[in-house]
Amino acid sequence: MLAFLIRRLVQAFVVMFVISLISFSIQDNLGDPLRELVGQSVSEAERQALRDELGLNDPFLTQYWRFAKNAVQGDLGTSYFFKEPALDVILKKLPATLELVFGATLIIVFLSVPLGVYAAIKPNTLLAKAVMGFSIVGISIPVFLTAIMLVYVFAIELGWAPSYGRGELVHVMGYWESGFFTADGLAHLILPSIALSSIMLPLFIRLIRAEMMEVLQSEYVKFAWAKGISPKRIYFLHALKNTMLPVITVGGVQIGTMVAYTILTETVFQWPGMGFLFLEAVNRVDTPLIVAYLIVVGAIFVVTNTIVDLIYGLVNPTVKLTGKQSH
Amino acid sequence: MQNIEASSPSVWARFKGSHFWHSFKKDKVAILSFVIFLTYILASLLAPLIAPFDPYDMTQFDIMDSEIPPSWQESGDERFVFGTDSQGRDMWSTILYGTRISLTIGICAVLLQAFLGIIIGLAAGYFGGRIDSFLMRLADIQLSFSTLMVAIIVLAVFQAAFGAELYQDLALFMLVLVIGIAEWPQYARTIRASVLAERKKEYVDAARVMGLKSNRIMFRHILPNTLSPILVISTVQIANAIISEASLSFLGLGMPPSQPSLGSLISSGFEFIFSGSWWITIIPGIALIALVLVMNLLGDWLRDVLNPKLYKG
Repeated sequence: MLAFLIRRLVQAFVVMFVISLISFSIQDNLGDPLRELVGQSVSEAERQALRDELGLNDPFLTQYWRFAKNAVQGDLGTSYFFKEPALDVILKKLPATLELVFGATLIIVFLSVPLGVYAAIKPNTLLAKAVMGFSIVGISIPVFLTAIMLVYVFAIELGWAPSYGRGELVHVMGYWESGFFTADGLAHLILPSIALSSIMLPLFIRLIRAEMMEVLQSEYVKFAWAKGISPKRIYFLHALKNTMLPVITVGGVQIGTMVAYTILTETVFQWPGMGFLFLEAVNRVDTPLIVAYLIVVGAIFVVTNTIVDLIYGLVNPTVKLTGKQSH
Repeated sequence: MQNIEASSPSVWARFKGSHFWHSFKKDKVAILSFVIFLTYILASLLAPLIAPFDPYDMTQFDIMDSEIPPSWQESGDERFVFGTDSQGRDMWSTILYGTRISLTIGICAVLLQAFLGIIIGLAAGYFGGRIDSFLMRLADIQLSFSTLMVAIIVLAVFQAAFGAELYQDLALFMLVLVIGIAEWPQYARTIRASVLAERKKEYVDAARVMGLKSNRIMFRHILPNTLSPILVISTVQIANAIISEASLSFLGLGMPPSQPSLGSLISSGFEFIFSGSWWITIIPGIALIALVLVMNLLGDWLRDVLNPKLYKG
């Protein structure tokens, strides 16, 4: 177990290192920090002196080392546009994105498990077929299009829900601004959450159904039937447990994917989160902000994947924990 | 030559007698999806002939014709079946050309994925050992980052570096490259899994005993036997590539509005949806959904019929 843990941590570290290297080369090549600092009016000699002073003429590795040292201390440079530390700007927007992801996850978890299990247990019923039909249509609609159609139908035509922004927010724990505690905030959260969950939900329904059907064919479930255990116990205790194993792995990867989809959802709903901020930063060529976003999102990916792998290793005793190739 | 000619009708006969053809004939959903898919292909191949207007030709549209609703609506115009967009372009022609671009990008990106994935997967499965562990670890890491995320960041950085003007000219190429490179592990893993199964079979041993070179065994002997999983994932991959392209174009990181794909059409229509011009967004949206849906249905059907051992997990 310890070897497995260390191996996973080393991998996570290497990946973070590569991400930081990429981020640094972006920072090194994109835009000119000097122009942002002093504008156009400074003479060439002064520029060179300033470049030396700032260490912009140092060798690549020296500069990278400085970048990495600052990055570890949480200093990712100052945003050109906001004139604030880039990391602070990103972290201020993080709650908005996390709440969106949280809302979508709630929808996914509470719908995909019952629907997927039902479609596996009674595959020939009308409802099961409807669920499967819905799921194939669901994975065929891009997230931004679901979002647009939700806006068109529920915000423009019917006027049931607001179409943009986060609505009324309250401060929780000082720093975190939450929309979960006001009616207005929740109303603003509904459409974006549905939109964000729209591509994952069918994916999970299909996955849970497929895994459940496979598990139901297995020897131990047949044995449980023969033993006369109640169907409820078999389905929801014995079968569901093993169904959830692959769901955890896929789930971990999908959390990362969901961060990507937040960019799309946030764009449609003008949701003031990280993704929206990132696109603005790209349009303004705000390099420190782009780099900070890259590192924060990279860290989210690496951390979730590592945790998921570790959980999977703990939950599934058949994973070889000795550190050998597991598949 | 004669040999080939003599065997070609028998190939057709064999195909007609196959399980594949029989299950296709029986499945109405598969037939319908295939017909629709074929229609899309034909429409995009023949777009210049079918389209009443050329959406790339500035002289053929007039700003005075902008935002005309589809012809079945009261204020519609007979010349424009599906209405016009904000620049006065005929939606029907623009959608035809857009489908053409979306399909081109989807197919080219998947060809690139398949090319990289097949070579890497074959090498990993055939040589095994350290090469295999290294390549598969790389695939794991690559897959742990979402394709869309990687594509968004790469394209965003390129756009910021090149400037929007130059980027527009390179957009098609960049989209193919980024979507193509980001998804190679899908192919590599699938191919590797089937190579591992095939490698143990006797015909591979026989080929090796005959003294054939690794390359020849890999490409001429093992590869043909891994075609059914390739076929299955390819349909779904093209569908995904089209979705990725549309998403990227929607964010303004893909095809420019002057040369729109379905995604950029939807994107440019979105700002007008609030003023009631729904058709600029919704009609290309439906075209996109239908295209992706039939490809996913075909992929599902192929998976059921060919039932290959796909990589799981």
